[in-house]
Parts: sequence; structure tokens; C-alpha cells
Amino acid sequence: MKHNYDVIIIGSGPGGLAAAIAAKENQAEDVLIIERDIELGGILVQCIHNGFGLEIFDEDMPGPTYAQHFIEKAKGLGIDTLMDTMVLDITPDRKVYAINKRQGYVELFARSIVLAMGCRERTRAQIMLPGSRPAGVYTAGTAQRFVNVEGRMPGEKFVILGSGDIGMIMARRLTIEGARVERVLEIMPYLTGLTRNYVQCLLDYGITLQKQRTVNRIVGRDRVEAIEAVSVDESWNPIPGTMETIPCDSLLLSVGLIPENELSKKAGVLLDPVTNGPYVDDRFMTNVPGIFAAGNVVHVYDLVDWVTEAGTVAGKGAAAFAQAEKVKADEQIPLEAGENIRYVVPHKLTKANLAEELVRLQMRVITPIEERVLVTVEDQNGEVVAKKAEAYARPGEILSLAIKPKAFDAVQNAMKLTVNVRKR
Amino acid sequence: MTQPYDVIIIGAGIVGSMVARFLSKFQLDILLIEKEIDVGMGTSSANSAAIHAGYDALPGTNKALTNVMGVDMWPQLSHELGIDYDRCGDYVVAVNDEDRLVLEELMERGQQNGVPGMEIISGEEMRQREPLLRADTVGALWAPTGGIGDPFGATIAAAENAVMNGVILKLNTAFDGFIMEGSQLKGVCTNQGDFECRWVVNAAGLYADDVMHKAGVRPEFKIRPRRGEYIILDKADFQLTNRTILFPTPSAKGKGILVASTLHGNVIVGPNANFVESKENKDVTDEGIQEIWSGGKKLVPAINRKHIIAQFAGLRATGNAPTPNPDIDYNQDFIIEIPEKIQGLVNLGGIESPGFTAAPAIAVRVIEMLEDAGEKLQEKPDWNPVRVPRPVFRHLSRDEQAALIAKDPAYGRIVCRCETVTEGEIRAEIHAPIPADTYDAIKRRTWLGTGRCQGGFDMPRVVEILSEELGIPSEAVTKKGKGSELLFRRTKDVDEDHLTMEDLL
Repeated sequence: MKHNYDVIIIGSGPGGLAAAIAAKENQAEDVLIIERDIELGGILVQCIHNGFGLEIFDEDMPGPTYAQHFIEKAKGLGIDTLMDTMVLDITPDRKVYAINKRQGYVELFARSIVLAMGCRERTRAQIMLPGSRPAGVYTAGTAQRFVNVEGRMPGEKFVILGSGDIGMIMARRLTIEGARVERVLEIMPYLTGLTRNYVQCLLDYGITLQKQRTVNRIVGRDRVEAIEAVSVDESWNPIPGTMETIPCDSLLLSVGLIPENELSKKAGVLLDPVTNGPYVDDRFMTNVPGIFAAGNVVHVYDLVDWVTEAGTVAGKGAAAFAQAEKVKADEQIPLEAGENIRYVVPHKLTKANLAEELVRLQMRVITPIEERVLVTVEDQNGEVVAKKAEAYARPGEILSLAIKPKAFDAVQNAMKLTVNVRKR
Repeated sequence: MTQPYDVIIIGAGIVGSMVARFLSKFQLDILLIEKEIDVGMGTSSANSAAIHAGYDALPGTNKALTNVMGVDMWPQLSHELGIDYDRCGDYVVAVNDEDRLVLEELMERGQQNGVPGMEIISGEEMRQREPLLRADTVGALWAPTGGIGDPFGATIAAAENAVMNGVILKLNTAFDGFIMEGSQLKGVCTNQGDFECRWVVNAAGLYADDVMHKAGVRPEFKIRPRRGEYIILDKADFQLTNRTILFPTPSAKGKGILVASTLHGNVIVGPNANFVESKENKDVTDEGIQEIWSGGKKLVPAINRKHIIAQFAGLRATGNAPTPNPDIDYNQDFIIEIPEKIQGLVNLGGIESPGFTAAPAIAVRVIEMLEDAGEKLQEKPDWNPVRVPRPVFRHLSRDEQAALIAKDPAYGRIVCRCETVTEGEIRAEIHAPIPADTYDAIKRRTWLGTGRCQGGFDMPRVVEILSEELGIPSEAVTKKGKGSELLFRRTKDVDEDHLTMEDLL
């Protein structure tokens, strides 16, 4: 096997696949994807529900179909893959150490690397759920793997905590498989996933969603026997007299996703404490030259199409880097979160890049605004360089805005750019 | 009724397992019974993992004597049994003048107990050794013989070495009562049948009081479970400057909420100490977590809630036994005795902290007591005190890892990404002398599923491996024994009792 590559991509989910394809299509000769599972596609393999591809293909397809499109393209382009292989270490000088059953311990070198490890689910411990520790407490994604990949039911009577997308999708999935979903509880006063999932997964199946309500205690020695639910006030303090014991055998958690960056840290990649992903420029390059990041490893997206797009940008950047077209850091200006914005990705903009193509910004708001809003990108003097109107802004849904090449001139004088969301 | 045993040990926690291991040296037929599906599932499964230096216990108590003797045994024992152990030393940290007086008290107590090398150091010196400590630290007691162990690994290793040397281990075997002839014990009744024997060692942990009451011994002795809750921090996010244990100055409630390294590389914060009614109540509570968090924060302000990856609770077997020496006014001591009114019983009770440290010393005391009672113990010529540990992939160098995979490709597949645990390690544990046949048993042995994703990634893969190796359907794989099955049925296999698509439409 080869040991030197132009671009090595870690992870074969939508971000990794798109990055590999873009790298190959942009003159990177030797491109390798390393995947820990036995199939390409990452989490899409278990996402058998529809809702993928509306933005890119203008078509509504299930996850595996969406992935297959890119898998075939990657195969057609002659991109190498190392399957069932775990990367143990990456160094700042872009050595990659990985193991598998066939080749054993492998040491590789890449001219550039794209990190595309995706994200992991927040667990019961991270939200500090009190109670006993029986079998039957699963993250929604683990349950999804059991049902959709292993063909096994992890329970019959569920309570789901969190109105994240995977939680709602699993509520529907489990119901279709004959299980009962007693309740979906959401600690926030608003939905944290997409409204369309609320309609299609909960409303259509008669599953009750209770907001500002959470799990107070898990009960059961060997297997979950019940959970205690309780209403909470704005500061998440339990409201006396609202406790209800719900008998069930399983608790599913859909309480957030965290970009998976333990490998990134080993390579010296710096992380934004808000996104938990690397600081990236508009080519998705991290602070470590030649190490790029794409998809949910950077921040948690709500639509796979955007992940693909990010992967494409990162793959192109990685290919360019591999060809020693080093991006000059001094041409970059920071992109900052302004009014009612929790974070913006990317964190930096390379001014020169706007000459050729648009740069897409994605952000989340802090508090919901249920009326028309204006998203603006302003320079240090308050001059608007890009703007977009939206019908509403919700923390559960990513806002997206493009700075178009026509803003090239306006951006040249900017020292920094700030994104704001305001009522119109 | 089977052949009579010489000794039956009730309970395969750290104490029962150590007693079994040390007794296996002699020509005795020994049966070790455990009510759970695995060894070490009670108090031994959830504690601070501290090997205490021995300055806490009141001089002259069983606690003090076995603590100091135990701590001396650990270096050789850990070497023989292949147990992780680090004699890194520990600190009691003082943050005001009152605390500083307590340090002197502890120092004096430690010296009486025979703890070597203790020193009181200045706040400045302490802050140099651990800059993460609060800024107003005024001093500390340094005990170089304190250390950190692995209570899971130790219990498993001791029980395994006992089994290697001929001890019969019966899991899922719960003690029901004694077979007695007058005041002579003749055997035990269990849910798996009756077993005859000449001696019974009561190492039943939280249930040691119930066991001795069945023999009519110490009716006044009562174990009140005292719960301790813990928090674990992500090793990638937070580390102490040097591996150690940082104790606050002790209070009436106990040694207080410590901040310590674990041998698995994490930082642990806890425990609190609250009496609970049930001996099974290992609930983590909201108030408890707040309590230990503020306790930990008081000592090491830099700990951050974002770095929390696990919480758990354990139960101390807190008893009410007075120290045998009537001159010592203490009534929470270990019971280590052959009671006078019954023949054939060795009674070990109220073994709370420092029980883990003391366990090997308690085992040696059991041997001495048996000899004093006239038992002629003959050493086995072929006793093997050494248990070779199985490879731990993450502890190996790159070359060693490569060599291991070349030898057995199963070590080339990572099943737990957070803790870097391989398929090879899991399969080795399933086929070990004490087979790991539940998810939690594999977790305690390999440390998989303990990291930041808490099993989210590995669980489906471990279920598959267990199902394959044990030759059982995946629906029969459990977390911790019967009743804790992880999966219920195949998809599409809907019973009539459940909803059908028609119901939905």
C-alpha cells in the first residue's frame, strides 16, 4: 500500500466524502479516506429516514441513498479507502498513525489532512441526570444503530428526553417498529430540532411533546422501570407539584451533539469553546497549516447538504495546500458573533478568496425571534457588506448567509466583520 | 450435597477475593460464592481507589492496624497479581489556621500508626507542587506512602489468582442461611443448593450483618449503607499537574471530598457521605452532585463542569462495631474475628474505607486467626502467586502494538474509541479464567465505555462480540446480569400486544 498521500481524509461521512471528491477534482493526485466502520457513509448509513438532498439535489432522499451518490462518485474517481481502520494519532507535521486487522499498524504521511470525524452525542452524565444506572438508557443515535443497522429493538416503552432531530426521528422509527413512545420531553421552552421533524415525526404519530419539562430521576436497578418527569422554570429549577412517574423500560437521550475533536487536539488544532470545533478560515483550514476540518467536526449542522458543501470547500482547500498554494494568513480578517448570535462559522475570512467565489457563513442565534429578522454582516464601521431577510430566527435552526463576490471591494477595507440578527 | 469444603467464603468483593487468594496458598478446598453475576460488583465497584497511607484511622483500631499493614503489602502484591498501582503519595490540604492544627493532629496519629515519611509542608511549597490548588492554601500534610490503586482490577486479579490456584468460584450464588449442628457451622444454604464445609468466612460487605445474624452472632451489629457520589472528568480536558490524591482536612463526616488522579488517567472528584435506607440505592442525586462539585471546587477551583463525563455512586458498609480494645473509644471499627459462641465462622464486617487498602492485611489476619484456632495449614508445593496481566493495548508502545496486532489481528480493531480498547482485549476477557460475560464485566476489566461517549459507540459492537463468543442471541446479552438485557427483540417481530400499522392509521 501507498504511504504518502496528497490528501488524507479522516472519516467518510458526507463531509469526508465531499472533501475527498473535491480534492481529487482539484488536482490532488493521491487521495485516501480512512473510515473506522466497515462501510463508507458515516452516520448516513443508519439514517434511513428521508429529508436528505433537498438543497443540493432538489430531491428528498434517505441517508444511505444520499451517501451512495457520493460513494459512487468517489469510487469512480479512484479515491483510495482504508476501511475498518481507526486513526490513533495525527501529528502537526501531518503524520497519520492508524490500525486495522489486515495491515496492522500503519504510518502514513499527508501533504494535507481533512478532519471529518463528525460529532458524538451528549450523554446522560454530561447533562447530569440523577437516579440509578440500569440498562435501557441510550443516546438516540445508539438506539438508531441498534434498530436500523443491527435490526434489534432496544426497548418497548420509551420516554425520549430532548427534542433534537435524532430524538424525534427515533420516536417515529420506534413507533413504526411497534414500540410505544410515551413522551418526548424538552427542557427548553422551544423545540431544539427542525419544525418539519416535529410535524412529520411527532404530530403525525400522535406522540406528545412536553416543553419545559425534563427527567428528574431514572428508576430501576437492572433495567429502567420508570422515569420521573418534572416541569422546570426558566432557570431549569424543578417546579414543585409537577412530578409524574412514567413507567417505561427505556430512556432515549437526544440532548445535543458535540464535535469530535480529540484527534484534532493531538495535532495541535485549537478549538473554539463555543462550537467545540476548530477555529477555521474560509477554506476550513485550522490553525495548523495543512490540516483542514469539514462538517460536524467544525460545528453541528442541521442539514447534511451544508456538510457536503463544507466538505467540498475543505477538500478544495486541502488540494490547493497540497500543491503548495499556501494561503497567506495576513490576508485574513476575523468573523465575529454580534447581536443575538451565538457563533459564526467560519471564524476567519480570506479576503482574496471572495474575488472568485462566494463564502457561506453559518450561525446560530441565542434567543428565538418569531417574526421577520434581518441578518447583517457589518464591518468595524457598521457598513453592511452582506444581508439577508428571514421569516424568523430560532436557536434550533442554523442561519445561513453568503457573502458574494460582489462584496469583494467592500470587504477589502474591513478589519473585521460582525454578524447580527435583529428584528426588522 | 457435594463434597465438603474446608472453607466457604461468602462474597467476592475485594475482601473475599483477597481472602480466597491468600488462603489458596494452603492445601484447602475452598469455595468462593458471590450473589452477583461477577466479582467486585458491590462496594468494590465504586470507591475512591485510594491506597491510604494510614494517618486517618484512630491508633489501635482494626482500621489503623490493617491499613498500615495493607499499604506495606501493596507494592509486592500489585507486582505479583499484575494490578495497576502507583505509590504517588497523597496530600491533606489546609486552607486556614484551624485546618493547619488538624494537619498536626493527623501527623501525630499517623506516626502512632507507624506511617513512614510524613511531612508538613508550607502552603507555598504545596502550591509549587500543585499550582491548581486554591491560592490561599496554607499548608499540607504529605504522605509518601499514600497511593492510587485499581479496585476493579485488584478484585478481579485476586479472584483470578485464587481460581488459578484451585479455588472454586460460584457466581449468581446467594447465601440463604447456615447449616448448623449446635454451635458448630456445618455449611451454607444458597439459591444454588447447600454446601458443606468446616469454615465459613463472612465477607458479605454490605450484607455482612445479615449473614452473621443468621448464625446468631452480634445481633446488635448493623450496617448502615453510607452513599458516596463521584464525578469523573474527561482526561483529554483536565489533569492534575502530577498524579496524586488531594484531600481536604477531614471532618466528622469522613475524609472529605477529594480531587485525585485515577490510574485510568482521569480526575475523580468525590465522595460525599450520606446514609441511605437501601443497600441497593446507588442513585446519583442532584443535591449530591452539587455537594461534591462545590467540595471539589473549593480545593481545585480550576475544575470545569464542561469536562464532566460520568457520575456514579457507591455504598460504604458502615458498621457500629466497637474496637476490640476497650481502652479505645471508637465504634465504627472493622470486625475481624472468630466469634466465641460459634465454631467455624470467620467474621469480617463493617469493612468501609480503608477496606480496599486493608484487604490483603485482613486476608493475612484471617490466616493467623485460623492457625490460632488450631487449623493446621499446609502450604501447597505448587502454589503460584503470580497472575500475568493480559495486554492493555493503550499502555503499549507503537512497536509493541504493531507486534501484538501481527500476532493476533483482533488487536487491530478499536471497539472503544475514547479509551482505545481493542476487540482483542474484549475477546481475551471473555475467555479469561473468570469469564467476563456481561457488558459491565467487560467495562470494569478493559475500561471501555467509560470515556466521553459513555459507551454510545462501543455498545452495539460489544453486544455483537459477546453474542458471538458466548453463542447466545444478542437479545440475551445483559448489562449486569439477568433482568438487565440490552435488547428486546428483532425489528419487525411485533407481538399482538403492541401497536400495528393499522392501529396507527
